[in-house]
Amino acid sequence: MRAFAELLDRLSLTSSRNAKLTMVRDYLRDTPDPDRGWALAALTGELSFDAAKPAFIRKAVEERMDPQLFRWSYDYVGDLAEAVSLVWPARPGANREPELSEVIEALRTATRPEVQRLIEGWLDAMREPRERWALLKLMTGALRVGLTARLAKRAAAEMGGVDPAEIEELWHALHPPYEDLFAWLEGRSDKPSAENPARFRPVMLAQAIDEAVDFAKLDPVDYAAEWKWDGIRVQAAHEGGLRRLYTRTGDDISRTFPDVLDALDDEGVIDGELLVIRDGRVAPFADLQQRLNRKTVDAKLMAAYPAAIRAYDLLQDGPDDTRGLPLTERRRRLEAFVARQASPRIDLSPMQPFQTWAEVADLRAAPPEGDPQVAEGLMLKRWDAPYVAGRPKGPWFKWKRDPFLIDAVLMYAQRGHGKRSSYYSDYTFGVWNADELGQRALTPVGKAYFGFTDEELRQIDKFVRDNTVERFGPVRSVRAEPHKGLVFEVAFEGLQRSTRHKSGVAMRFPRISRIRWDKPPGEADELDALERLLVQMEGR
Amino acid sequence: MIRPQDLLCPKPEGLYCAPGDFYIDPVRPVDRAVITHGHADHARAGHGAVLATPQTLDIMGERYGADFAQARQPAAYGEAIARDEVEVTLVPAGHVLGSAQAVVRWKGLTMVVSGDYKRRRDPTCPPFEPVPCDVFISEATFGLPVFRHPDDREEVARLLRSVAQFPERSHIVGAYALGKAQRIIRLLREAGWDRTIYVHGALERLNALYERHGIDLGPLAPATTAKKAEFAGQIIVAPPSAMQDRWSRRFPEPVAAFASGWMQIRARARQKGVELPLVISDHADWDELTATIDELRPGELWITHGREEALARWASLHDIPARALALVGYEDEEE
Repeated sequence: MRAFAELLDRLSLTSSRNAKLTMVRDYLRDTPDPDRGWALAALTGELSFDAAKPAFIRKAVEERMDPQLFRWSYDYVGDLAEAVSLVWPARPGANREPELSEVIEALRTATRPEVQRLIEGWLDAMREPRERWALLKLMTGALRVGLTARLAKRAAAEMGGVDPAEIEELWHALHPPYEDLFAWLEGRSDKPSAENPARFRPVMLAQAIDEAVDFAKLDPVDYAAEWKWDGIRVQAAHEGGLRRLYTRTGDDISRTFPDVLDALDDEGVIDGELLVIRDGRVAPFADLQQRLNRKTVDAKLMAAYPAAIRAYDLLQDGPDDTRGLPLTERRRRLEAFVARQASPRIDLSPMQPFQTWAEVADLRAAPPEGDPQVAEGLMLKRWDAPYVAGRPKGPWFKWKRDPFLIDAVLMYAQRGHGKRSSYYSDYTFGVWNADELGQRALTPVGKAYFGFTDEELRQIDKFVRDNTVERFGPVRSVRAEPHKGLVFEVAFEGLQRSTRHKSGVAMRFPRISRIRWDKPPGEADELDALERLLVQMEGR
Repeated sequence: MIRPQDLLCPKPEGLYCAPGDFYIDPVRPVDRAVITHGHADHARAGHGAVLATPQTLDIMGERYGADFAQARQPAAYGEAIARDEVEVTLVPAGHVLGSAQAVVRWKGLTMVVSGDYKRRRDPTCPPFEPVPCDVFISEATFGLPVFRHPDDREEVARLLRSVAQFPERSHIVGAYALGKAQRIIRLLREAGWDRTIYVHGALERLNALYERHGIDLGPLAPATTAKKAEFAGQIIVAPPSAMQDRWSRRFPEPVAAFASGWMQIRARARQKGVELPLVISDHADWDELTATIDELRPGELWITHGREEALARWASLHDIPARALALVGYEDEEE
């Protein structure tokens, strides 16, 4: 348990992805079975317990110490699990410190009163607050240490020197504590079988195209073009009588979209975009959000927000694994497959014919009326390429439509994390608006922390240090006046109304596209400009 | 009837002893001062006469120059010094090199001013000596039950594990220049780290002073001499303020470590951008504070700088009369 506690502790304070990868990889390498397997299950979110509720912990701690002293402690720390882990009066030697696997076994199987008694005993036995904290995090099921399941699996792949896609594909056939997986990763046994029906297949991802470099090297004849739909990427599988719907990371969302799976009559696996399609037209992304993140759905919701898959690839056609075939062949089979389903819930993402890259550029700049208006841009796929898991360079490109741009004024800068902790690298920017008194004032509209080079970061950092008005902990407010301040050209993908922001708007995916050293802040954009854009987008 | 407040009472300048006409750790210039230890908020320049341990006087001279006071009176640990009708004895406090408690005796009344103290072993100074007393005046920097400092050897072991795990990165350990930095260096030596430790310029003079007082810090070098790549896998010790300064950019992908009792609280570590918090403090934690008071069982407990409220509550639950002394001007050097 101690090693796992140290791992969680370090993960929670580390921002570098590579450092996290190293920590998890080394932990999996150095920890024996079955502890490492249970740790991997916890890190990938495969475990959930309901045997112990946080409220009992508070009661238990107040039985052990003066409640007033506990209240002051809790007020000071602000987090219940952390406060309890720190104040719990240890009784070393009262008990043996548990192994991680013991803890998990108990949380999975014991009754609630038993679990509570066990947890109190372990808290007594543990020597360090860090361990108690890890135990309490585990108990509540939410580790929240800033590690995605994908990254945890990648760490396992690194440990064994295998392709992460292999683990992704196996994942749904594996069960904690994954002793068969580790035996394979350590070369002690063969690869576990992934042949369970309707399993998730790791997806193929696209590279962003670099217009300046890539087009010159690519022959239009080799590529197909289709719209990049603004929904969520899914994989629908029907095999051995089982039907499953997965997100692109392999989360099973079958129960949320039974209507879509019902339409998948034939056995096979399709890759496509999940959208709300009403009367043959794609609805805005906000409509799809009404259906996402729900455990169950009712007929009314399904009728109001009819979901569908717009298919663009076929990974399995009846008994045939089609992933090794070129796109030309997969596309031919996909068209036939979709036609056989004969359902409005599964349709085909149409290919866009073109002769030259200029024609593709025109399509992207001015999508025709109808569904393409909702597209995020275009996808370019090589006709002769097989379906390969991961993000290979070359076969698939995404060419997103141009982002929206505004000129905004830097208002606050916050120190970054990890490598950037000596730099002010997180920027809050604002646009002009009339304040309560009718004066022209800046209103914050967003935050961005990338989009600039290292050299530009050094320059902005210097600007922030030289123009600081006030400091609040890690944050500095900087001079932002009509004739003195720094203007950023900010790029973003869309706007939504927001009650959480004072300005009333929230940007999707904002980043710094250019630093306008030349532009006086007084000439930056007004909030009105964003509001007009919002109305335009809602009307679309 | 002799009352404790006739012997020592708080004044704006600091804790004042009327029968001996001196202040303990005064925050403003006074004629006669007793200084418990060399941290800047306790040991200020500009007093008339200063009574302190030879080590503390040495530290003050190093920091403020030879003329930091008009007269210096060194007092060895345990040596009783008469000040008018009052007898003052300095006794080890275990906080930093030269740190002392001030034991003040007058007409059969014994009061102990703890200064800053800790109870655990420190390779750079002798351990705290409990002195039976009528009134114990305790610091309370970490006077809340959430502060439970772990074994410092385990914290240093975590630092060394991180160095081994990330050989391509450097590790910068933020540590207060007086006491903490030298203790960290000694602990690293005891843990077997015999390579050169790189130090920020602000630490050099105090490191040399510790060496003169017989604390062997092993091979040290200024953190400016090597090329960036050569700092990979190395440990650098710097004052906390330097860690987020532009100074730290000379090192390859530094892991920010910080040795302080405050690092017990995750939000503090996160707020300071610390990736590797090392819970190592030169102050008594909650358990040490309460164990010390329990051991001494003073007739009265007075509590100074820190979280007086919680410690006073604890004392009242244990039938020890306690009151908070509102002494101002002491900061916490671990912040």
